[in-house]
Amino acid sequence: MSTAEKYVTAAYCAVFAVVLVYVLIIALKVQRLEREVDELAGRAAAREPEPEERREPAVVG
Amino acid sequence: MLVTLALALVFFVAPNDADQGFSQRIFYFHVSIAITAYACFAGGASKALVHLWKRDPRADLESYVAVHQGVIFGSLVLVTGSIWAKISWGHWWLWSEDQLVLFLVLFLFYAAYFMLRFSVDPGPQRANMSAVYALFGVVLIPVSFMAIRLAKQAIHPVVFTLQGPKFGGWILVTYCVAQVAMLVLAYTLYRVELAGKRVDARVRELKEVLA
Repeated sequence: MSTAEKYVTAAYCAVFAVVLVYVLIIALKVQRLEREVDELAGRAAAREPEPEERREPAVVG
Repeated sequence: MLVTLALALVFFVAPNDADQGFSQRIFYFHVSIAITAYACFAGGASKALVHLWKRDPRADLESYVAVHQGVIFGSLVLVTGSIWAKISWGHWWLWSEDQLVLFLVLFLFYAAYFMLRFSVDPGPQRANMSAVYALFGVVLIPVSFMAIRLAKQAIHPVVFTLQGPKFGGWILVTYCVAQVAMLVLAYTLYRVELAGKRVDARVRELKEVLA
């Protein structure tokens, strides 16, 4: 491999590495968001619904 | 797929340059990444203008993400450019070259955007300040682009002139594919990052509601 070939390979590897790191960061962030959404869904499900008798009657129609 | 096609064209189809030989192959990605970085900064500035005009918080976020993309692609321009300079000129960097220094100024200007943005609490004031700053930076894009064309004694090659590109055939085809690939890649990453930031903001709102 000539010196020019080594440098060209290094340049393309640098581009690939930066894009890869960027995609990995985004993937980690999506993973974190997924965990947080699951946690929020769990919290929402754990909330007790308001008892029927406390609800004010509403006129329908 | 476009990036893969561009790589295949760069390494297996495009001929060796008569003057620079194999090292010229850096050009395909270096120039297309540079144009993409300019496009990202210009996009960020245009969204900043929309924000200042319509006071739309979505435009502020879009401007921020576009500038972020621009800085990432800008860093790649500096890295690939330095590697090419080492092969062709024997130096990693030349301070006497206006094109290089002006691109570095543009890059550092937008890198400082994040320092400004994160030194102010989130809210309309931060959005307005960031938008004004992003708009100021856009002036540097034509200056950086034209510097090499206006300089009398420059060793940085000029491949795009008013008379058109100084190459043709497979070199032009390969460059065009690489350029489209980089623009599509940048736009895809922009949409993904933007979607992530929007979901993040909604999750925070939901957390506050459920707290």
